[in-house]
Amino acid sequence: MKAIYGLYPDGQAAQQAVNRLRAAGFADREITVLSPQPMEDYEFGQRDKATWMWWIACGGGVVGMATAFGLTWLTETSWPINVGGLPIVAWWPNLIILFELTMLGAIVATVATLAVTARLGRSGGLYDPAVSDGKILVGIEHPPDAAISDLETALGAVRHALVKTI
Amino acid sequence: MDSTTPQVAHSTSGLPPDQRITSDLLRPLMQTSWRFYLLVAVFGGIVLTALVAWMSQITRGFGITGIRWPVYWGFYVTSFVFWIGISHAGTLISAILRLVNAGWRRPVTRCAEVITVFALMIGAMFPIIHLGRPWLAFWLFPYPSERMIWPNFRSPLVWDFFAINTYLTGSVLFLFLPMIPDFAVVRDKSTGVRQRIYRVLALGWRGTPKQWHRLETAMQIMAIAIIPVAVSVHTIVSFDFSMAPVPMWQSTIFGPYFVAGAIFSGIAALLIAMAVLRRFLHLEHYLHPVHFENLGKLLLMMALLWGYFVFNERLVTYYGNKPAEMAVFWRTQRESFAPLYWTMVICNFALPLVLMGIRRFRTITGCVIASCGVVIGMWLERFLIIVPSLGHKYLPYSYGIYRPQPVEILIAGATFAAMTLLYVLFAKFVPIISIWELKAGEHVPATLIPPATEEHPLGELHL
Repeated sequence: MKAIYGLYPDGQAAQQAVNRLRAAGFADREITVLSPQPMEDYEFGQRDKATWMWWIACGGGVVGMATAFGLTWLTETSWPINVGGLPIVAWWPNLIILFELTMLGAIVATVATLAVTARLGRSGGLYDPAVSDGKILVGIEHPPDAAISDLETALGAVRHALVKTI
Repeated sequence: MDSTTPQVAHSTSGLPPDQRITSDLLRPLMQTSWRFYLLVAVFGGIVLTALVAWMSQITRGFGITGIRWPVYWGFYVTSFVFWIGISHAGTLISAILRLVNAGWRRPVTRCAEVITVFALMIGAMFPIIHLGRPWLAFWLFPYPSERMIWPNFRSPLVWDFFAINTYLTGSVLFLFLPMIPDFAVVRDKSTGVRQRIYRVLALGWRGTPKQWHRLETAMQIMAIAIIPVAVSVHTIVSFDFSMAPVPMWQSTIFGPYFVAGAIFSGIAALLIAMAVLRRFLHLEHYLHPVHFENLGKLLLMMALLWGYFVFNERLVTYYGNKPAEMAVFWRTQRESFAPLYWTMVICNFALPLVLMGIRRFRTITGCVIASCGVVIGMWLERFLIIVPSLGHKYLPYSYGIYRPQPVEILIAGATFAAMTLLYVLFAKFVPIISIWELKAGEHVPATLIPPATEEHPLGELHL
């Protein structure tokens, strides 16, 4: 068996299912929860909230700023051209390039972090198209054979549960 | 039917909220009517005609346009500034509404973000259209040329390159990221080739708590980053003018003046787009009169701000009393450009002030009329900044007139058709309202739902 899971109509039922799986001895990292929208009003929706994304975005901004600094300073000093009496390395206009590339660096770093940490672009894993209809999936992937009947009982004990095995 | 009553004119109203939302918002993707093909044919035809006109301009030369000394910037640069301004509709407004967590933003954000991406693409084409040899446009890019000379970082045109590309990149990502969960919905609801395409676009989205947290954090960071970028873009576009010693251009107020005008025209474009979508895609259940009313209030505020900036600009010029500037001043106030100037004032100030200031007129129809006026007025504003000043500089030898020729009028006009065409195609292939965000709005805890009031009978809609 690859997985056993229940489909629930609302967050409250899903939370009960998660609680029952915990009571059956499963750790949070073993429990898969899939929802059609963020479920931050429920405890299970608060899982995996900690992230370094803000710091990585700042780091991306610093890299962008350093790139802009290098691009403007190196090129202006390597190929100096007098433009209207402005200094060869003119900081006021260079600040514009610095600003734009800083923000671009932060944006790109944010999206890259999202793609990596949210595992975007990787297929596989437990899924049921009913999630798109508003159902919340709670289940266990690769459950031990000995635990299957306990799992069916735990997942099915919640109201309006639809338990499936694949 | 009362204009404030939500109208549900389709058969999905009996379904549970989640399924109703999915069904309603996927309907335009799954069903294609003859109207879609008609719209694509009409607007596609106009765009193709404009492409032929552009080819003609390239082969026959710039002589067929009205652009000649001393007015080298005409309809094309006017359209460039106008469309970059329109682009402020989306990402900036959406980012602000996301940051302040305005509940009523949910059906509005994607409609707005799409405008940004397409308006930027259209606007960014104009510097290329404005080139006699467009195949040399890459000279603007930062690379060492064969003479080992890099683009000059002290030129505002290079600043434009960086600002517009940063904003376009950020806006595309800002639009795309919240579409990923919706692509997953389309993937699950479709079959065959369509399913394969949306499977690729959904990037393996499943909807784990971790994915939702990362997506929301990313959107918060992007919103914070994109707001100053949006402000910088139109400030830098204003620098194209204010860095030049041309009468009435060298003004310290140009940066905020352009930004305010951009947001102003952007809100107007958003209101028009929302009204059209509501009408033709039957989204009455999602785009409520209260959304138009809220955006109408923003339009009113921006009209007042625009009037304040114009007053500042005019009064300072008047008291400065420099001959060259006063010549341009009077050309727009009471000479050859006066009809356009006063039309602009009526469209940008008087019309929105009356229609959005008096609550009785702040209906969907009122919003659309005011917005159409603002779009026309803001195009005229860009034109009146550029042409009267260039045609009347400091010495008489540099005086001249500009008469737009058919090729310019056609290309500038066709950009509106291009915008409509892109928008129609987008709405055909992507849910125009974010499904998951709307569903998230439906799941707000009961304590957060404001009560309905006499003034806002839609209080039950978690606004």
